[in-house]
Amino acid sequence: MKIECLAYGGRHLHAPDPAAPALRLADVTVGYRGIATPVLSGVSFTLPVGARLALVGPNGSGKSTLLKTIAGLIPCNRGEIGVFGLQVRACHHRTSYLPQREEIQWHFPVTVERFVLGGRFVHCGWLTKPDSADHAVVAATLQELDIVSIAREPIDQLSGGQQQRVMLARALAQGSDLLLLDEPLNAVDAATRTLVGRVLARLQKEGKSMLVSTHDVGTHDQPFDGVLLLEHGTVREVAHGVAS
Amino acid sequence: MAWLLEPWSMGFMRDGLLASLVAGLSCALLGVYVVFRRMAFAGEAMSHTTLPGLVLAQMQGWSLACGALASNLATAIGIAVLSSGASRRRGVREDATIGVVFTGMFALGVILMSFGGSWRDFSHLLLGNILSVTPSDLWFMVGAACAIVMTLVLLHKELELSSYDAHYADLIGIGASRMRMIVLVLVALAVVSGVQVVGVILTSALLVTPAATAAMFARRLIPLMAISVAVSWTAIVVGLYLSYFCSLPPGATIVALAALIFVCAWTWRRIVGA
Repeated sequence: MKIECLAYGGRHLHAPDPAAPALRLADVTVGYRGIATPVLSGVSFTLPVGARLALVGPNGSGKSTLLKTIAGLIPCNRGEIGVFGLQVRACHHRTSYLPQREEIQWHFPVTVERFVLGGRFVHCGWLTKPDSADHAVVAATLQELDIVSIAREPIDQLSGGQQQRVMLARALAQGSDLLLLDEPLNAVDAATRTLVGRVLARLQKEGKSMLVSTHDVGTHDQPFDGVLLLEHGTVREVAHGVAS
Repeated sequence: MAWLLEPWSMGFMRDGLLASLVAGLSCALLGVYVVFRRMAFAGEAMSHTTLPGLVLAQMQGWSLACGALASNLATAIGIAVLSSGASRRRGVREDATIGVVFTGMFALGVILMSFGGSWRDFSHLLLGNILSVTPSDLWFMVGAACAIVMTLVLLHKELELSSYDAHYADLIGIGASRMRMIVLVLVALAVVSGVQVVGVILTSALLVTPAATAAMFARRLIPLMAISVAVSWTAIVVGLYLSYFCSLPPGATIVALAALIFVCAWTWRRIVGA
């Protein structure tokens, strides 16, 4: 049984609005102090529950900043973000964020299994250890991502494709309903691309919502429900019903 | 074999050994986080910034441990606060902040020393004097070691996760900045213990050298900590023997031995090619 007062930062304490979309942004503006031009300016869009939206745009267009803002890692200066009808951070145990590989300190001494187990920590909270159910989720996830054979390997021994699988495994192990994926197919081999595509398709069938940052929607095997084009921090175009 | 027991027949040597082992435990355990979070510079800075607190405590007749701790906690909080917005381009980078606070605090210590009489009076603060450890010093070290071990156990998963993925720690509500502050406060406690053993100048060696040696032999946190403690305790015990039989300064001998173990381990790893 989870004890509410031990939940990290009030996670788990707010019930989501069942009628709300997975994600709703209204006039979101993000900037850094001392820099006149905002990184994101007036971004508005809605991601319905169960939909998969591609976030495309050139380097520096603000894709990663947008994902980090939704994840609550960067505060927005203006506008509103609703995640399942709640404010950012209120129910982030239901939100997974897959960062770019460079943002992880891969030299740190943890095994692949322990890294993936990190996805369960949000459900444990302070002073509690992951239980057998958490370990069972991790075992199933390692199996699905085909990384059982490297489960005991330290993470500093992994190739780029393995790193991508391990990060996705942690996001899956969290069991969230909204996935924010930053370049999940960046510099991965064909086998990993196929595997990731299969896993994302399975998640969508289960009603998970996804916002996927990518340079090229053509590299994804499965079609997107819509494409969001971001240029110079502003949404230029939203196309619906777009196939890969 | 009587010679092996001879040093420990004297009370001050027994107290010195016990204090060194306790301080070595604190520094070696925390050293693993210091090395893998790439905070070696912060460890070095923390040891030097104890100086103003130590000097003030000696001049006023206060407890040296309390003076050093106050000085270090102020440093830890100062570093954490001044560099807290660095990732959002609002603060100064942590290494630059440490450079400013470290040199500023050390300079303040030197200025205070100039008001307090002969430089010789403060040499034990700079180089350590483990053989004159008092019971209150010893109790402080034991308390600090307990606090460090308890925190490392109770916050194991949070400290670990925030060390390799600060963004994810923030996202799920752990708070990477909070964890960094806790690590800095623990480093402050370990450093105050280490200062009594090897002095202000050499304390960072107790933090970094055993853990850096362990990093050549293990890739998991718990084995790393075990090897780090083993290296530290070996250097301490052998160092105190050498100090006793060869009339060498104990703190410097311990640090030199730890460095020798590191070099031997590095050479061995190169030879076996692993």
